[in-house]
Amino acid sequence: MVINIDENMNFQMLNKRIRDAVDKETVLNGCIGQRYIGTGVSDKKIVINGTPGNALGAYLNGGEIYVYANAQDATGDTMNSGTIVIHGNAGDATGYAMRGGKIYVHGNTGYRAGIHMKAYMEYKPVIVIGGRAGSFLGEYQAGGIIVVLGQNDDGLPIINNFCGTGMHGGKIYLRCKSLPHRIPSQVRAEKLCGNKDAELIGIIDDYCKYFDDMNADHLLDADYFVLTPNSENPYKRMYTDN
Amino acid sequence: MFKSNLNNAPLEGEVRVLSGCAVSAIIDRSGKTMTGENIIRSIATMHDRSNGLGGGFAGYGIYPDYKDYYAFHLFYNDFQSRKETEDFLNKHFEIVYSSEMKTRKIKSITNVPIIYRYFLYPLSKKLNNSLMDEEQYVVKCVNRINAEIDGAFVFSSGKNMGIFKGVGYPEDIGKFYLLDEEYRGYAWTAHGRYPTNTPGWWGGAHPFGLLDYSVVHNGEISSYDANRRYIEMFGYKCSLQTDTEVITYIIDYLIRVKKLTLQEIAKVISASFWSTIEEKSEEEKREETFLRKAFPSLLINGPFSIIFGFKGGIMALNDRLKLRSMVCAEKGDLAYISSEECGIRVIEPDLDKIFAPAGGQPVIYTLREDE
Repeated sequence: MVINIDENMNFQMLNKRIRDAVDKETVLNGCIGQRYIGTGVSDKKIVINGTPGNALGAYLNGGEIYVYANAQDATGDTMNSGTIVIHGNAGDATGYAMRGGKIYVHGNTGYRAGIHMKAYMEYKPVIVIGGRAGSFLGEYQAGGIIVVLGQNDDGLPIINNFCGTGMHGGKIYLRCKSLPHRIPSQVRAEKLCGNKDAELIGIIDDYCKYFDDMNADHLLDADYFVLTPNSENPYKRMYTDN
Repeated sequence: MFKSNLNNAPLEGEVRVLSGCAVSAIIDRSGKTMTGENIIRSIATMHDRSNGLGGGFAGYGIYPDYKDYYAFHLFYNDFQSRKETEDFLNKHFEIVYSSEMKTRKIKSITNVPIIYRYFLYPLSKKLNNSLMDEEQYVVKCVNRINAEIDGAFVFSSGKNMGIFKGVGYPEDIGKFYLLDEEYRGYAWTAHGRYPTNTPGWWGGAHPFGLLDYSVVHNGEISSYDANRRYIEMFGYKCSLQTDTEVITYIIDYLIRVKKLTLQEIAKVISASFWSTIEEKSEEEKREETFLRKAFPSLLINGPFSIIFGFKGGIMALNDRLKLRSMVCAEKGDLAYISSEECGIRVIEPDLDKIFAPAGGQPVIYTLREDE
């Protein structure tokens, strides 16, 4: 089913049409800021041409969402499972409190990507960012995997301030030769030279299936840092001693 | 001051309502003018960020025929407050033109106050006797009307610019003031309001303005009282208990009185953490440390994204933690700022450049110098 929309289409009406659609695949043309697209849906394929609004695929419970533009804020907020593929950039708070599934972004993401991300048994969320990430990447991360590939061409560092602040679970992989910013003391950074673990290889291979211009061999043939919680120095409050 | 209201509804500062906002701006850096149509479409796309309790616009370059005169826009509760204000204005200014503002009837816009516009200039004798410079004189008169005349409120007081605001959704307010037909400006800013701490009334809508400066703001600053106490020491009177008012006065004070640049102002009000400053170059470290120490009480804390309008330009700024969204974009001479990308794409789908500035990183667009 194809739905042509414009600035006058209300988000509630649009989301009702998506939920009520009998077809498994829905294509949205002309999307412009409509919020909550695909919220809580399972087993549908939604293709978006245009700019989707905030909270795209929030509580997503399976299925796929493809965006051929930039996404705004809070993509995949608290999503449970399924796949969200963004061919442009994603805004702030991408994968906020994500519990499962995967979010693949071709470009950059804003502040607070993957904050409060968590994992439980077979639920292991994954976020892969092709470019760079803003400050507070993986803040309070409790589980799951974040990979940032640094393929941005704007000259800005792969991460910004306060990466992994309050992290107490999960992993962050950063594809870079040296860390551009100080890492909080409660996070341990280890350089992976040469040997990549199977988990990372699997994620990169899968990510590259979605983007024609991304090459897994090229992406893996580089240095990575892996960030994990430092159990010897658990989280201290940052907001008091600024 | 609006001590009494038309329908006896509570005023700013009398009630606390716990309940986001949208901001947007366009500037044509070549100085070419445009109607308010596109800024209305931009802010309307973010309709769901506001709740109908306030909307407003600032237009720059809109009064070319009167560009040397201060344009005062006033809300009045009744004819008595108008008479009292006009007596005051006649005593202090030469009024070259005055009229009720032209508006369009819009169903959703109700409880409309009396809205007047004056083009005026300080009386030279009064100004000389006051021992103040012209701008100080105008600011003082605006403050006096707003603080002392019951039922009157000056909501715009700059030259060749004007603020238009009220209670309602911004797209309706824009049409109410006929911004899409009657005015052409080289820059526009807009605001859709979702009041967080105050009930929402005509004077409390954004933009807030003083002289040529205007501020639209999305957020809720937690340093309001610390900022207010400090700025009130310099003669400003925060009468509305809204954080945007205090931000407007802080910027006016830093620019007009302390002669700081916009870049420096960003380092005062959205200063980096000490730990972040520590990692910077020696020169930056020295500058930022000086500014933080010189104006510690003007650090604005809590989430905010603001667009500051001034003669010849606009500036976007986020709080240092970037707790509110903000996107900037460019297309030829046109530059855009918006809370959400959709607010830009709706009027220009094909952009040269689009980016989200970092927290505390000001983005400044000004008219090209050769114009």
